[in-house]
Amino acid sequence: MSLHADLALRRGDLELRAALAVAPGEVVALLGPNGAGKSTALQLLAGILPLDAGRVELDGVTLDDPAAGVHVRPRDRRVGMVVQDYLLFPRMSVLENVAFGLRSRGMPRDRARAEAREWLGRMGLAGYERRRPGELSGGQAQRVALARALIVAPRLLLLDEPLAALDAGTRPAVRAELRRHLAGYDGCTLVVTHDPLEAMVLGDRVVVLERGSVVQQGPPAEVARRPRTDYVARLVGLNLLTGTASGRTAELPTGAVVTLAHDATGPVHIAFPPVAVTLSPRRPEGSARNAWPLVIADLEAHGDLVRVTADGAVPVLADVTPLAVADLGLEPGGEVWASVKATEISVYPA
Amino acid sequence: MNPTRRTEDLRVPAGLLIPAALGVAILVLPMAGLVVRAPWSDLPSILASDEVLTALRLSLVTATVATAAALACGVPIAWLLARTTLPGRSVLRGLVTVPLVLPPVVGGVALLMVFGRRGLVGGWLYDTFGISLPFTTEAVVLAQVFVAMPFLVVAVEGALRTADRRYDDVAATLGATSWTTFRRVTLPAVTPGVLAGAVLCWARALGEFGATVTFAGSFPGTTRTLPLEAYVAINSGDSDVAIVLSLLMIAVSVTILVGLRERWIGTA
Repeated sequence: MSLHADLALRRGDLELRAALAVAPGEVVALLGPNGAGKSTALQLLAGILPLDAGRVELDGVTLDDPAAGVHVRPRDRRVGMVVQDYLLFPRMSVLENVAFGLRSRGMPRDRARAEAREWLGRMGLAGYERRRPGELSGGQAQRVALARALIVAPRLLLLDEPLAALDAGTRPAVRAELRRHLAGYDGCTLVVTHDPLEAMVLGDRVVVLERGSVVQQGPPAEVARRPRTDYVARLVGLNLLTGTASGRTAELPTGAVVTLAHDATGPVHIAFPPVAVTLSPRRPEGSARNAWPLVIADLEAHGDLVRVTADGAVPVLADVTPLAVADLGLEPGGEVWASVKATEISVYPA
Repeated sequence: MNPTRRTEDLRVPAGLLIPAALGVAILVLPMAGLVVRAPWSDLPSILASDEVLTALRLSLVTATVATAAALACGVPIAWLLARTTLPGRSVLRGLVTVPLVLPPVVGGVALLMVFGRRGLVGGWLYDTFGISLPFTTEAVVLAQVFVAMPFLVVAVEGALRTADRRYDDVAATLGATSWTTFRRVTLPAVTPGVLAGAVLCWARALGEFGATVTFAGSFPGTTRTLPLEAYVAINSGDSDVAIVLSLLMIAVSVTILVGLRERWIGTA
């Protein structure tokens, strides 16, 4: 009992080829940059777009199988959808919005309304029945949209950037609340987001989609600790290098050599945080240190620190204090030595 | 920006101002002429005369029925044009909007050919049911629908195209049939556009002359609507009645256009 999807679609510039699986009660976060095909994947799962090829199976029922000519219409799928701007029907009351699904499935008005009232109570929105969607805050609108989707007991719940429409101040509270509501839902949930924090907080598992393909998936902590692409590394704030290891060293495609703290062999990813990088004007003394001569490309404020982007045989992001920037006289185009202790470096198979 | 600069910006070149003024004169002078020549003291008695009241009542009833018919058929047409990918959709759109540019007389002749007693449909109607459409009040309504419905279709199609289709998708995921979605989601969303289209359609139907006189004739009480009454009056030398009727129709048109202006600006 779960979702198994093998999606293939070519649309304009996008070539989507992704396999997704979600277990009942599991929340999978689909993380990726704009244009990666995340929302398209949701539309395919909802049945709004037809697949070119592949297969979608929910609770053992085949929803899509183009090769066999199977395409179940959106209204027969038991797939609920909550989108970024919630799309509450603007001319209906909150109660009618929530009751819409039941009414559409032929439930008598009074019963549908009674059930909708109960759902609104569960969402902490008792007393809001007669409001219009335009009179709700973003967080309230999201809960109404969630109630509207969940009242018909979908087996798969799709959330498309559910927090993106909220201002930064209310987002953490609504995120925590959404997490609580999702925890109480026993169907499969797929949350699309471009925000790594959202993916880590909401998802039991994170699937990273780039240019239509799944490039990495795993538990949030695993993805955060061991990024496999530059995009993920940037999101979680790590330097990521790829090379070939042999013993205590790894060679990068540029020919540069990285010293490791442990033995490794074969193709590896090498990750280290920008705060672990030390910048100095001359080659640093000392043993188990990696040191590379680089040219500074950019300086940017990053919280209390300054993020230095440096290019060379080993491109590196370094977080240093403003004091260090002044002491070292760092400026774009300037030369600098970057060093990282081997013990700060995490190495894992590529 | 300083005030001097602004005054300079407001100076309109003569090459634009003169033709614009001429154009405004062409549009406004005739109406102003009517106002000047209007027999204001006789106005109440003319408006209350039997001929005028009969024509007014007929016009109001036929234009309203025609608008209702145009709504019933035009909204579905607009939906087909805006929301489906039927083959030949652009041809359909062209056909449906032809009456916008067709001389109404041509429409009247065409209606006569089809619904006349020897026409394609009219012959069958007469032979089977003994119904003859031409020169009846029903013919007036049919002529008005022919001429005015395209206005409604164009307005509603525009509204449907700007409406967010994702609402329809959400409704579908909630289990709604496409009919339920249309009724409860799409139609409420485009109501302002439908209303604007209906008002335009009604105003056009009220002013219909050419197709009506050709297909329905000019019989007092059954087919002689306000524009036909005005035409009869001017032809029989009764210019006072013609002027009063014209003012009446101008008043209706101006009221409607002013009422709709806000909306047009809002959607522009």
